Amino acid sequence: MDVLLNILNSMPGAVAQGLIWGIMAIGVYITYQILDIADLTVDGSICTGGSVCVMMIINGYSVPVAMVAAVLAGMLAGFVTGFMHTIMGIPAILAGILTQLALYSVNLKILGKANQALSVRKYDILISLQYLRNVPIFKNTIIIVSIFVVVIIALLYWFFGTELGCSLRATGSNINMSRAQGINTGFNTVLGLMISNGIVALSGALLVQYQGFSDVQMGRGAIVIGLAAVIIGKVIFGKIFRSFWLQLFGVALGGVIYYVVYQTVIGLGFDPDLLKLLSSVVVAIFLAAPHLKSTYFKKRPKKKEATENA
Amino acid sequence: MLEIRNVKKVFNEGTVNEKVALNGLNLVLNDGDFVTVIGGNGAGKSTMLNAVAGVWKPDEGSIVIDGIDVTNMPEHKRAKFLGRVFQDPMMGTAPDMGIEENMALAHRRGKSRGLKWGISKAEREMYKEELRVLDLGLEGRLTSKVGLLSGGQRQALTLLMATLQKPMVLLLDEHTAALDPKTAAKVLDLSDKIINEHHLTTMMVTHNMNDAIKHGNRLIMMHEGRIVYDVSGEEKKNLTIDELLEKFTASSGKQFDNDRALLSR
Repeated sequence: MDVLLNILNSMPGAVAQGLIWGIMAIGVYITYQILDIADLTVDGSICTGGSVCVMMIINGYSVPVAMVAAVLAGMLAGFVTGFMHTIMGIPAILAGILTQLALYSVNLKILGKANQALSVRKYDILISLQYLRNVPIFKNTIIIVSIFVVVIIALLYWFFGTELGCSLRATGSNINMSRAQGINTGFNTVLGLMISNGIVALSGALLVQYQGFSDVQMGRGAIVIGLAAVIIGKVIFGKIFRSFWLQLFGVALGGVIYYVVYQTVIGLGFDPDLLKLLSSVVVAIFLAAPHLKSTYFKKRPKKKEATENA
Repeated sequence: MLEIRNVKKVFNEGTVNEKVALNGLNLVLNDGDFVTVIGGNGAGKSTMLNAVAGVWKPDEGSIVIDGIDVTNMPEHKRAKFLGRVFQDPMMGTAPDMGIEENMALAHRRGKSRGLKWGISKAEREMYKEELRVLDLGLEGRLTSKVGLLSGGQRQALTLLMATLQKPMVLLLDEHTAALDPKTAAKVLDLSDKIINEHHLTTMMVTHNMNDAIKHGNRLIMMHEGRIVYDVSGEEKKNLTIDELLEKFTASSGKQFDNDRALLSR
């Protein structure tokens, strides 16, 4: 009974954290699903966003200013990856890894040390794990993060409906066709990476406020959590959420489901050391599913058809 | 309208796989020319079209479209002069986007793409009209994802997209080769219709000698990265396949070696 109560108690936290990671996953969705690039920059840029936000708040800037700066820092990281990929011709995955590694040093320099606390008592921050219960509704972390999710989805829905946004989707869907139709695919790839990493950095800025600190290790494996949320969103809601904005909504919910399951598993006494292994295995299985299905579980053509094709 | 001046392109230079794809190619297309291009395997037919489209820069020579030297212009900038249909039906359209979205992308070829809405209402009506001409029932499926269409449907749509903004030069790279004969004939008829209607300057690579003779006002034959035979007007109209093969042997000193072309006789 205690176990169940513990798990139930941890749910508001799981939902809040899941929504924050859901925002991060929306960033991943833009590169992975729309641009068709696996961008590993995010492991670094989420921490960059968080670190910039923390240091600016500590140094007396207001929270909105700090968060805007975090987004800009993330976009800069995306630009670096995009530049290496499009101008320098480095494969996207490698470009992302290089930026991510470089960002580790950058993040250390921003923070000045490996871990920097951001006390909810000292600073007037937007969200916190202290603001989950017994606070007025407009201060409730889940509500505030939900508003962020809705606004981001609305903005992206608008953007990807514009001429420029359409050309960005085309770039990911068929790069040859895009060039033939006069689309500057290099520019679009860089732009997509900047938008994606800006959103990821925003989620980092929210995450550090929520947890009350920024840590140079906080981005490790972020891409896997992001992908997990994207995949959960696709598998669970893919059939019913067909339109673009609903798909983004599905991704955000995917983040929530990931953290709800995560907290439940921990609550049931699963060794936390093994959680990253578990995440990795689960994501690997889901990523492999379409390939395995088409290779090993394909419906065999009926004999008659086979001879006709021969 | 289009001038290819002494263009040379070598692939894998300095390796055992070195291949001189274009070897001092010269060609002038007049306004309204509809040129069919034939040639043996690896003669440089597609390479020529890619040189015009700007897929890569030639090693030597220059390319001029409508008086503008485009040799150093990147592919996406050059696109405003060109309509292109590829051999692979998958290549000319964005599969994850709707029919109308694909058309809207093509409609904005050569224009700046800003933050205006991607498709206007008026456009949608126009696309419906254009699709009706194809007679494939696509006008009722504007929002269907293009990935769901058949190869023939996609190729017809690509053709329509290539000519939605009237191009200076239309490049058709064996655009019916991957289709079944019936669909191929239909797409070819459609190409004829659109080209004649808009008086488009066109280059059409084909492996089908019959088609090469039947369509267009001019025929060129390529061999080892050069044009070895160039015929137009009455002379072209009266060509036969056997004459064409003879010409090839006479000008290249070799037998014509395009298997598909010979099979399609």
